[in-house]
Amino acid sequence: MKNRPVTTESPLVRALLITSAVIILTLFLLMPLFAVFAEAFRRGWEVFLASLHDDAALSAIKLTLIAAAVSVPLNTLFGLSAAWLVTKFRFKGRAFLLSMIDLPFAVSPVIAGLVWVLLFGAQGWFGPWLAEHDIQIIFALPGIILATVFVTFPFVARELIPLMEAQGSDQEEAGVTLGANGWQIFRRITLPNIKWGLLYGVLLCNARAMGEFGAVSVVSGHIRGKTNTLPLHVEVLYNEYQFSAAFACATLLAFLALLTLGLKSLLEQLSGHKAGGH
Amino acid sequence: MSISIKSINKTFGAYKALEDVSLEVPNGSLTALLGPSGSGKTTLLRIVAGLEFADDGPSKILFHGEDVSGVPAGKRGVGFVFQHYALFRHMTVAENIAFGLSVLPSKSRPGKKEASDRVKELLSLVKLDGLDKRRPHELSGGQRQRVALARALAIRPKVLLLDEPFGALDAQVRKDLRRWLRSFHDEIGLTTIFVTHDQEEALELADEVVVMRNARIEQIGSPQEVYDKPRSPFVYEFLGNVNKLTAPEGTHEYIRPHEIEIRFAAECEPLTDELGTIHHLFSAGPIANLSIRLDNGSFLDVEISRKILDEMCLDRHDRIAVKLRPEPA
Repeated sequence: MKNRPVTTESPLVRALLITSAVIILTLFLLMPLFAVFAEAFRRGWEVFLASLHDDAALSAIKLTLIAAAVSVPLNTLFGLSAAWLVTKFRFKGRAFLLSMIDLPFAVSPVIAGLVWVLLFGAQGWFGPWLAEHDIQIIFALPGIILATVFVTFPFVARELIPLMEAQGSDQEEAGVTLGANGWQIFRRITLPNIKWGLLYGVLLCNARAMGEFGAVSVVSGHIRGKTNTLPLHVEVLYNEYQFSAAFACATLLAFLALLTLGLKSLLEQLSGHKAGGH
Repeated sequence: MSISIKSINKTFGAYKALEDVSLEVPNGSLTALLGPSGSGKTTLLRIVAGLEFADDGPSKILFHGEDVSGVPAGKRGVGFVFQHYALFRHMTVAENIAFGLSVLPSKSRPGKKEASDRVKELLSLVKLDGLDKRRPHELSGGQRQRVALARALAIRPKVLLLDEPFGALDAQVRKDLRRWLRSFHDEIGLTTIFVTHDQEEALELADEVVVMRNARIEQIGSPQEVYDKPRSPFVYEFLGNVNKLTAPEGTHEYIRPHEIEIRFAAECEPLTDELGTIHHLFSAGPIANLSIRLDNGSFLDVEISRKILDEMCLDRHDRIAVKLRPEPA
């Protein structure tokens, strides 16, 4: 009879499982990542840097940053309010609100973009009104922002709601009996308790905001130098057979992904460290 | 600060938590709300605190004659201690205790030194000197409970409300804290209401016991009163061990295990006694508990002192006579 804990597998099974996991990881994650970097530098450093300094590329980077800079704070604010509302209060329509928060996850990104075109496009519901007032939403920055806000809607809320639900309202109620007002309770009791979850949600929200392709692709119109975000720019370059340039831009997105993962691990470590003991 | 509770009704959806509950709590008393889960005791406490509000109707809550029914919790001047302490996890003990002071409007807010002195004073009061820099997760259950108490007292409340204060603690810690709370209450004389489902705790601690069941008050009285003169079978059964005997006519009789006399089977008096066999015997402790199977089939729990047990040399399967009826006149 082998002497090992009941919940582990035999050495053979363990080796098999670990090997298959490593193979899958390599095939689907490491190889593509390596390929991106390999292709990006295939024609040398100069070409790589030139691709990134290209006007269109710079404009794409700028647009991506703007889209993130607007949607992340907006959705953080929204996520905080929604989570606070849903976890501290019981009201009619609460279940409905919860399902609505999940809607952007259920919907295909292409549809998420199409919705805005149908609303604000030239033939859309508000099309004539917008044309009258000379407001351009679709094929312009506002449209891109709307699409990005929509698809990154749930991230902060979804991170905070289970966390706050699990923490309960006891501490907040204690704050109430001690005479604190709503803002004092939120700032001094709730916020410190959720800070790691909040940061994590913001991190994921940002990663998605910068990397979104489908929804933004539908509303942007792909106007080079004007309405291309970084992911869209990569596609444009690739379709023009500028492979090295495409991959060069892709490395930026790959760096973003690696940075996100690194920060995520750091946050997990820090929050685990702080939370230890209770 | 006396508390007057008048005609409180509270419904949660389809569930009736409190039905026409009225209660007078005298100034300075230590009152227990005692009852099983779901009896409404915690709901009542929370309504007194202002954490919940009674249903619309003639209900009123008066503090020393003043109507506070519509006043929110923060402004009622109540100190509330939660069952699981609800300490602020990321603050130190000192910061927890000083919290109520730190959220006062700037006019009434004490300065740093004054607040710090008050915190020290309270830490001494609850016998936790020197623990001011600790965090809640570094404290034992009993210590956390006392921090929660100090925190509630920091704002000089007029009324102290405790929700199952010792529920989450070990038996020994519970006993010690019970004793401590009683002398603490005697020392500061603050009107206090505490909720418990532990009848021993209520009887030991309280000046007045309010027995609740199914959204209503069953009986109010001193511990002696509710134990010796219960007004309903429920109160009788809830407040201690009880034997329930069914007479042939179908009526029930109640008798407490320690009120039953036993004799050797050979000394059985037919007019007052029933014969039976000792089914089970538990004697590890100051009192011996016997489970006796009467010849008529029913079981009886009897408590006798160890002294009597040893004198009679009783053991399992012994025949025994149990005095169940009073001597005929």
